[in-house]
Amino acid sequence: EFRRFSLERSKPGKFEEFYGLLQHVHKIPNVDVLVGYTDIHGDLLPINNDDNYHKAVSTANPLLRIFIQRKEDADYSAFGTDTMTRKKNVLSNVLRPDNHKKKPHIVISMPQDFRPVSSIIDVDILPETHRRVRLYKYGTDKPLGFYIRDGSSVRVTPHGLEKVPGIFISRLVPGGLAQSTGLLAVNDEVLEVNGIEVSGKSLDQVTDMMIANSRNLIITVRPANQRNNIVRNSRTSGSSGQSTESSLPSSTPNILGSLLQGEEESDEEDIIIEDSGEPQQIPKATPASESIESLSQIELLHESTQNGFLPSSEMNLNHSTGSVSMEYEVPEPGRKSLEEDGTIITL
Amino acid sequence: MRRFLRPGHDPVRERLKRDLFQFNKTVEHGFPHQPSALGYSPFLRLMAIGTRSGAIKLYGAPGVEFMGLHEENNTVMQIHFIPDQCQLVTLLDDNSLHLWSLKQHGGTSELREEHRFTLKGPPGSPPSATQVTAVLPHSSREVLYLGTESGNIFVVELPSFRVLEDRTITPEAVLQWIPEDNCNRRSCELVEALREHPKNPDQILIGYSRGLIVLWDLQNNKATHHFLGSQQLENLYWQRDGSKFISCHYDGSYSQWPVSSDNRQSEPLENTVPYGPFPCKAISKIYWQTTKNGLPYIIFQGGMPRASYGDRHSISVIHGSQQTAFDFTSRVIDFFIIFSSDPAAEFDDPSALVVLAEEELVVIDLKSAGWPAVHPPYLASLHCSAITCSHHVSNIPLKLWERIISAGSKQNIHYSSMPWPIDGGTNIAPDPPQRDLLLTGHEDGTVRFWDASGVCLHLLYKLSTVRVFLTDADPNDNMNTLGEDEWPPLRKVGTFDPYSDDPRLGIQKIYLCKYSGYLAVAGTAGQVLVMELNDEDAEHVVDHAEADLLQDQEGYRWKGHEKLKTRDGPVRFEAGFQPFVLVQCQPPAVVTSLALHSEWRLVAFGTSHGFGLFDHQQKRLVFVKCTLHPSDQLALEGPLSRVKSLKKSLRQSFRRIRRSRVSSRKRRGGGGNASEVQEANAKFDQDVLQEMELAPVQRKIEARSAEDSFTGFVRTLYFADTFLRDSSRHCPSLWAGTNGGTVYAFCLRVPPAERRMDEPVRAEQAKEIQLMHRAPVVGILVLDGRSTPLPEPLEVAHDLSKSPDMQGSHQLLVVSEEQFKVFTLPKVSSKLKLKLTALEGCRVRKVTVANFGSCKTDDYSENDLAVLTNLGDIQIISLPFLKLQIRYPCIRKEDVSGIASCVFTKYGQGFYLISPSEFERFSLSTKWLVEPRCIVDMPEVTSNNHVHKPGTENAARKS
Repeated sequence: EFRRFSLERSKPGKFEEFYGLLQHVHKIPNVDVLVGYTDIHGDLLPINNDDNYHKAVSTANPLLRIFIQRKEDADYSAFGTDTMTRKKNVLSNVLRPDNHKKKPHIVISMPQDFRPVSSIIDVDILPETHRRVRLYKYGTDKPLGFYIRDGSSVRVTPHGLEKVPGIFISRLVPGGLAQSTGLLAVNDEVLEVNGIEVSGKSLDQVTDMMIANSRNLIITVRPANQRNNIVRNSRTSGSSGQSTESSLPSSTPNILGSLLQGEEESDEEDIIIEDSGEPQQIPKATPASESIESLSQIELLHESTQNGFLPSSEMNLNHSTGSVSMEYEVPEPGRKSLEEDGTIITL
Repeated sequence: MRRFLRPGHDPVRERLKRDLFQFNKTVEHGFPHQPSALGYSPFLRLMAIGTRSGAIKLYGAPGVEFMGLHEENNTVMQIHFIPDQCQLVTLLDDNSLHLWSLKQHGGTSELREEHRFTLKGPPGSPPSATQVTAVLPHSSREVLYLGTESGNIFVVELPSFRVLEDRTITPEAVLQWIPEDNCNRRSCELVEALREHPKNPDQILIGYSRGLIVLWDLQNNKATHHFLGSQQLENLYWQRDGSKFISCHYDGSYSQWPVSSDNRQSEPLENTVPYGPFPCKAISKIYWQTTKNGLPYIIFQGGMPRASYGDRHSISVIHGSQQTAFDFTSRVIDFFIIFSSDPAAEFDDPSALVVLAEEELVVIDLKSAGWPAVHPPYLASLHCSAITCSHHVSNIPLKLWERIISAGSKQNIHYSSMPWPIDGGTNIAPDPPQRDLLLTGHEDGTVRFWDASGVCLHLLYKLSTVRVFLTDADPNDNMNTLGEDEWPPLRKVGTFDPYSDDPRLGIQKIYLCKYSGYLAVAGTAGQVLVMELNDEDAEHVVDHAEADLLQDQEGYRWKGHEKLKTRDGPVRFEAGFQPFVLVQCQPPAVVTSLALHSEWRLVAFGTSHGFGLFDHQQKRLVFVKCTLHPSDQLALEGPLSRVKSLKKSLRQSFRRIRRSRVSSRKRRGGGGNASEVQEANAKFDQDVLQEMELAPVQRKIEARSAEDSFTGFVRTLYFADTFLRDSSRHCPSLWAGTNGGTVYAFCLRVPPAERRMDEPVRAEQAKEIQLMHRAPVVGILVLDGRSTPLPEPLEVAHDLSKSPDMQGSHQLLVVSEEQFKVFTLPKVSSKLKLKLTALEGCRVRKVTVANFGSCKTDDYSENDLAVLTNLGDIQIISLPFLKLQIRYPCIRKEDVSGIASCVFTKYGQGFYLISPSEFERFSLSTKWLVEPRCIVDMPEVTSNNHVHKPGTENAARKS
């Protein structure tokens, strides 16, 4: 069935309204559907929140082609297939030259049902020799699974080459989060933890910092194996292709700030049990919440545009996990269901 | 983007911060670690102690203290004051000499190093040629005589340390004057002692190690007398009038020698082996003091029969028929006698014997019958038994203060009433603004109460919890009770006793309510004692209750130590804090947190298993809460690791004791088995090293989970009257924080005073907060409507605090090792947080609320958090906005025991152990600063004081 209707581009409204509109147009008020659209690259991308809805509307050229599938018999793999192939071509060649051929077709559930586990971020602002990896521990049973040690590395200084103490990854636990991402390896030098330089800090200090940030750990490493570095010029990007060369390293503090902010928003919330009742997430005290909300959105947009690699949907998704609907509940059942689909998105 | 603005750029606030905060290490309390040398100036009446780490500390009247540190950090071997000067010379073990002087500067005296000097011999000479063994500051104050291993005596000018080569007294020059038949070159090796003639400054007595003693005339460069001892010489001492001197020897003998003008080579008048006839140890130092009644005091160190008492550290005092060998519990470093310093006086008339032992200072009153000890006002041996915890209480009400002092004075009746004899200098520090108590808990089950108001940390009262329990050692077993005719007449003195009979007695937590005089003390074996101050001796039964913290857990078996056995029936307690109830935690694990609310008459305690609340008015257990996580497999099924660690710690403490015993034996034993012991020690060290090497230097990065073991360990307990259930009614509450990041809040119903005995106290769990970062909770605090921390119990009742604001909404501050979080109450919503570890990689070790007053205006003060991190930094964090104000490095991060021992006061000061026996005091406040401020004036030198030219005296004074 095809329907054609018009939307005002400047005032797209909310996703909920749009969803209602679709149900109304198709006269399927009580049917759960998946909404997708084709972007300028011809990829089928989902629409399931305000952000990607707005994105879809703004990129419509002028026609926005929307696909609606009944949720129960949806073909999840249809989403982003093209993107997937493209990624494979570039990235899996680079990162996993050994296994890309035999890789079975993974059925990836809807983005709202899974969450990212790791990502490379800030590719465009970091030197090519560095890699900034984000590990999303949140709610996973999988251990972070790595060890760090003291070591020394050689730096180029005005006085020539100098040996300086550094922190290195010493071991990856098989099956751990760190290993399964493929983004970290033994003998990678750790340069920063959540935007804070580790130079001058002791092994114990860095350990404490990593553990304190373990629910949303961002490590900047200098990989021991420099041959797999991404050559920036040949970068292919998905929907975040707008990221420009104007994002220079000079803006790093800002980025870090946004990273930290983003982290704060997606940060774990403590649990309260009142009068031996049900555990609940502790809410934020109200006053400043509105401004925080808007601020965080700006930052997130900012971040996703700066981000040279990830499809924006993923970043938005991350946001949605934090602030919209995916409330984290501690009692085991809820948590289990959350974790089940901890599919790893490796790039 | 306002959030990106970094805090602390408000100029007004910056100015205010300067008026509020400053960091100073102000004074070291306690007894210097590893003392190595002692000196005394009868002129200044100041005592100097040098240590193995190169520190030098001067003490005079209480409050008069100076400290200096040699750059080299080498052991101070000798300390000599320059006669009639504010100067002293130290000799280090690298053979360097240092001249220090006390100079007035800005109204106070300061100790400063002026010069340093190392004696250099002619090129090519062996190092022993210039190895200084004896130092004599001459009374002319112009020169130092330096005796060396080679037998040469060098003369150096002061203060320039210029060697006056033409005045060197060589062994060759000395030998010229000695008949050849009874002497050879070797008899002049190693100068053991140099002593100036008490009446004639032109004569010095030179004692060589092999027994030759020569009286040397400095004017004519010749030996006027020589004396040949048959034994190896240890030391010399002149009689006051210069007609005789006394020498002491390696074989435990001493001899008196007459010095007369007609006889150039004399025989000893008397040769005595005081503890003979069997072989004795050396007498290393001797004093001969004359008195009006004719009977001299002979005071010497050592000389005990080698076989049976060779391990004693003794100093003997012989006065006529009286003889006592004071027996010290640690090695004697040195001693001196305080006697009449008036040169015109005919007799010495000694008044006190001051002994520096390795672990304590002991002063004996020689004037009073029985020679009692004098209670030192400073240099307290904090470590008489190892310190296990400390607790500071600021601003003690006068009433309680007096009662504690009175209880303490009853314990101190065996001390002499003599005023403190070392009384030089003047303390010009203002009187301490308030009375502060520092309570230290010890391994032997005692709690010591220290006056921590001023510069002198002074023991007020000692409380022992041992009487409540049955231990192997009978407290009545007294080592001092020796028979009348015991020989040698040993008498134990001093308080240093590091050997604990039972480690379970160790005190772990202390809580004193300064208003009510209630004290709660908790220990290693799960014992919690509640005590009350009683001014009289009393005999009563201690009520006994048990708190089973594992109520709902099954299949758990405690494999650690057993609880302490209690004494049945009434127990006699001396005046002071007397226990009236004992709560025994089951399992008897170490008590890890304690809180007392004297107004509600409740005591809360926690261990690694859970926590409980006890009503000490009705003597009834209100509730217990097990905090073991159901999936804490280690703790539940196999407490193996717990037991292992416990066993390990026990083993370690035994090993430690054994080691200290071994090392003390080594010291006693001298030569024989020392190398053997050293070997064993080295092996032990190696073992430890190997153990360390087994663990690779890598750290696992893993998020903490609820399943980690020891999450149930209760770290903090807190009573608060606040809004727990709804915002209209506040009620008493108990808060507990665990190692796993959980906070429990219990709503309490305490019956009103008139029905307090009739109705039970009720408790109901109201809230449980799980911090998702799961770091240990180290502090809980409720802020009132004005964001001020709630006052202490009874503080308002005593009109010492404004009553808390119950109108505005209260806030809850939870401090974990990693974060500070503020929540609203009664509905818990998160309001603010400060992540410390995530940003800086440091963790909170100690936290307290401190009140900081401005040094500029009297009417401004604010409450902030004082935080000590695992890196040894101190940070001040504002309340209630949790903004970092300032950071100071304080303790080295490797100094784990220093960081663990740190205790903050309520007014921005703190203490931490820099050695087992010393507290460093520091201040974060501009307003509350307790530091020595003292002045040492040159006493008036009486004209007939010394036989030297007045010209030189004036010149010296000018310098």
